[in-house]
Amino acid sequence: MHIQEEYSQRHVLSLTVSNEAGILARIAGLFTARGYNIDSLTVADITDDHAISRITIVTGGPPKVIDQIIAQLDRLVPVHKVTDLTEAGPFVERELALVKVAGTGEDRIEALRLADVFRAKVVDTTIGSFIFEITGTTEKIDNFVALMRQIGLVEVGRTGVVGLIRGKDAN
Amino acid sequence: MAEKSGADILVECLVDLGVEVVFGYPGGAVLPIYDALYNHPTIRHVLVRHEQGATHMAEGYARSTGKPGVVLVTSGPGATNAVTGITDALLDSIPMIVITGQVPTQLIGTDAFQEADTVGITRHCTKHNYLVKDPGKLAGVVHEAFHIATTGRPGPVVVDIPKNVQIATAPYARPELKVHASYHPQTKADAAAIDAAVEMLAAAERPILYTGGGVINSGPQASALLRELVALTGAPVTSTLMGLGAFPASSDQWLGMLGMHGTYEANWAMNQADLILCIGARFDDRVTGRLDAFAPNSKKVHIDIDRSSINKIVDVDVAVVADVASALDDMIALWKQRGHQQADLGEWWARIAGWRARKSLDFAENGAEIMPQRAIADLYKACRATGKDVIITTEVGQHQMWAAQHFGFEAPNKWLTSGGLGTMGYGFPAAIGAQMGNPDSLTICVAGDASVQMNIQEMGTATQYRLPVKIFILNNEYMGMVRQWQELTYESRYSNSYSDSLPDFVKLGEAYGWTGIRIEGPQELEAGIRQMIETPGPVIVDCRVAKLSNCFPMIPSGAAHTEMLLDPSQVEGVMSDEAKALV
Ligand SMILES: Cc1ncc(C[n+]2csc(CCOP(=O)(O)OP(=O)(O)O)c2C)c(N)n1
Ligand SMILES: [Mg+2]
Repeated sequence: MHIQEEYSQRHVLSLTVSNEAGILARIAGLFTARGYNIDSLTVADITDDHAISRITIVTGGPPKVIDQIIAQLDRLVPVHKVTDLTEAGPFVERELALVKVAGTGEDRIEALRLADVFRAKVVDTTIGSFIFEITGTTEKIDNFVALMRQIGLVEVGRTGVVGLIRGKDAN
Repeated sequence: MAEKSGADILVECLVDLGVEVVFGYPGGAVLPIYDALYNHPTIRHVLVRHEQGATHMAEGYARSTGKPGVVLVTSGPGATNAVTGITDALLDSIPMIVITGQVPTQLIGTDAFQEADTVGITRHCTKHNYLVKDPGKLAGVVHEAFHIATTGRPGPVVVDIPKNVQIATAPYARPELKVHASYHPQTKADAAAIDAAVEMLAAAERPILYTGGGVINSGPQASALLRELVALTGAPVTSTLMGLGAFPASSDQWLGMLGMHGTYEANWAMNQADLILCIGARFDDRVTGRLDAFAPNSKKVHIDIDRSSINKIVDVDVAVVADVASALDDMIALWKQRGHQQADLGEWWARIAGWRARKSLDFAENGAEIMPQRAIADLYKACRATGKDVIITTEVGQHQMWAAQHFGFEAPNKWLTSGGLGTMGYGFPAAIGAQMGNPDSLTICVAGDASVQMNIQEMGTATQYRLPVKIFILNNEYMGMVRQWQELTYESRYSNSYSDSLPDFVKLGEAYGWTGIRIEGPQELEAGIRQMIETPGPVIVDCRVAKLSNCFPMIPSGAAHTEMLLDPSQVEGVMSDEAKALV
């Protein structure tokens, strides 16, 4: 007998939650306890009084599992609202990465040229290296990192995705 | 405003919230609370022998009275001992508040003596939990904890209170209930969902009502409304293990329990129905059997207060997110308003009669041994003859299933069993809790020889509080349910399922000041049961039953409702790896 894997589809979930002790553990733990995936998770408080945080989670699963994830999150007492940005309509998603690349000569010039194409900023320079700051979709950053790997990638730091619904209304 | 200590604030809140009984066990980190409870005029403290016992007592109290159960334990081992009962309450949706002591705030995180990360450990086995670091916030938290435990889908809530917070003072006035703005369980159904549910029910040719513990949690009103809906529609009713009693077993429209050890007629009716109205149940794997063969030709309507239960396992056609009583009330009103009449279900009932004729609960007797089913049937007869209010609790195993099959329940809140978690050690403390809440009821724990030993220490608790509970052990000298699975799946290799070195239960009873009775053979059964019922005070009965009986009917794991085993001759003794891998 072998364990079967299920196909999976990427979803970006946006949650507003009460900013209280243990909230992140509650949410992360729900994902591990019920066997859901977390590709990335970001959190920061978003109101004047620091009472509410927005958590953005990139997850994956078949539609039925995504529905369950939303219903299970919604059931947590401190969770105010769960929105599946992927389903809710057009939305903007961005991620920020810092990408350290080392190299000299032609490699260095090529790195700068590519950074320009990707509209990455140089935020640190030495004779032998750069740190680029790049924002964009996960896919764009993946592509940038893949190119830099061929040149001389040293290390990467990524924030994970944040997202908002397009248009004038609050979600 | 007068200042009060955290401990006094807590006790004040418990009084304001109508708490009459607390099940608990003291220790260093709750001494201030115990001092505040010393000689308390209204709150009765039941001193247990193990904190797990306290949690199951609270569950038994809650399930039998409809009021939340309250537990008080110390930090560290007190809290960890409570975890099984907390998880049990979560899976069976029992309202329970567990107050745990904690090391003082300045020691949290230092591995202090008897420190455990109680909120961390219980985060995923509670509906919600709190660590209170400020006595000024304690009253608000306690009121919110009770509100959350008892509303929406009920469940356990833990309030962890560091010792210095119990001693420090804060201004106290009875708080206004302020609940998290984010907590808003939906109790009233959408009108469109009710409309669809009623029309589908009216149009169905082969309807069945599949009811569960949610009907009981919703309160006695829900059971009354269920009976009314059943009378209006003429539909048959089946129930999960947790829902027994919501609909009277004596009704002609009752098909018995469904699922793994349910009746032939209930499971076949589920399989052949064209409409399943699921009311406060959750399509548990013990109920559905093999999912791709579950009720293949039916439309499904699901009433549940918890949206996450809907489409979790089985996709439904209509979701009614609401409290059961509210939804049934709306459905009945609309049914009447539309002038719907009972459809002609004659053909459907004729098919059901055919399945009933298989008499799937029948069992063979040899006259020499007590069949466990007979013991339950006789217990049922004797209980009915008393005319008393009877509450039955069970442990977990074959005896639990036999009790579910052969004891008929007429009313809700009289049947207390661990369904979701299947916790051996639940039944006896649950009986103590139920007896505390219902002093005049005849409270009987139907136990197995193995399970009863898991919380047997609580005999002392029953003695101390003069609770006349009865333990009726179906003693087969085996972990019978484990042995049965080994017989079915592992060619009868009985690995570690024999109950060796059992105590002499009669002498054990006497050691605790109870009455002990042994029933050895069929000719002693009736008299033994009568003696148990008539003896005042607590009684333990060691009823020696046939050792190798199996519980039938049975849907083996991974099989469909239509593939029930009705008797031992159908057992093959081996299973595929796929079937073995299922629980
Ligand atoms: C705490 C716990 N441990 C293990 C199990 C697994 N289990 C289920 S039934 C059972 C045997 C119960 O034996 P007994 O109480 O004698 O009941 P019987 O089946 O013989 O009626 C066991 C070990 C369980 N349900 N709960
Ligand atoms: Mg046994």
